[in-house]
Amino acid sequence: MYGWIFRHLPGPLWLRVLTSILLAAGAVFLMAEFLFPWMSQFTQFTDSTIGAPRNP
Amino acid sequence: MATAKPATGVVILRKAVQIFGELLITAGIVLLLFVAWQLWWTNVESDAKQTAAVKDFARDLGGPVAAAPTPAATGGTAASGPKDYGTPVVGEAPGHGGTIGIMYIPRFGENYTRPIVEGTSGDVLDTLGLGHYGNTSMPGAVGNFAVAGHRQTHGAVLDNIHTLVPGDKIYVQTRDGYYVYVFRNNRIVLPSEADVLLPVPNQPGVRPTERLLTMTSCNPRFGSEERIIAYSVLDRWQPASAGPPAEIAAQVARARGEG
Repeated sequence: MYGWIFRHLPGPLWLRVLTSILLAAGAVFLMAEFLFPWMSQFTQFTDSTIGAPRNP
Repeated sequence: MATAKPATGVVILRKAVQIFGELLITAGIVLLLFVAWQLWWTNVESDAKQTAAVKDFARDLGGPVAAAPTPAATGGTAASGPKDYGTPVVGEAPGHGGTIGIMYIPRFGENYTRPIVEGTSGDVLDTLGLGHYGNTSMPGAVGNFAVAGHRQTHGAVLDNIHTLVPGDKIYVQTRDGYYVYVFRNNRIVLPSEADVLLPVPNQPGVRPTERLLTMTSCNPRFGSEERIIAYSVLDRWQPASAGPPAEIAAQVARARGEG
């Protein structure tokens, strides 16, 4: 899968390496911005109030 | 001819297994990244936002940052202790998300300077740290001034709550002045025990006489099966015009970016 993507990137080798690094960084950014905050509701680190459940 | 067909099947199978394997590895890396984000990056983000909130609030306050002169320096006797400023002034609660004040807890480190913000919903606790329970009193009032804070992630503002020792000072700075609370005890309770926030904790309907500060956080440190509750009692207060208590004067100046 990743090999296929890498082979189909345009340009010489150095450009393809650069593009893949940028793609990976973009994926990490998108996850940190959207996926991880959503996932964190399933962890229990953030329950520090008492009584009524948190209402956002 | 007989060899061509199985070969295609094998190739497809190999491709499928490879893609499946790569997806599994990807899922593993994503989970590791999530753990790093949750346990490390949220703290980095929140620390920056809290530092900015403290600075904004402290700048906005004005007032002297030099410590109030000690009684000995003004000719009083050392035995008389800090000057008595009478009944503490109790401020109005700001709207949801508004900054009430700054908390200084020397036991948590000389740089422990965190904002106290109105509200205990996720938008407050997940970035700004200490959230004030809106149905409880304000600092200095007779009754219960209660705040919540995360034990882990998002700044981990109350991570060291279990290290408080009876007698430890907790300083709350508001627009009106400085409230000095003294840590009394902690309790570990079930998450449903909301009575710990009552004006007289766990005694519904009883008229309060003490001025309490209650802090709640999760327990154990990386779980939430229980809550840890830390009670402190108001020892004294001094108006903003009198300057900060000498013990935290340097920290107050630093909070304003002048130290």
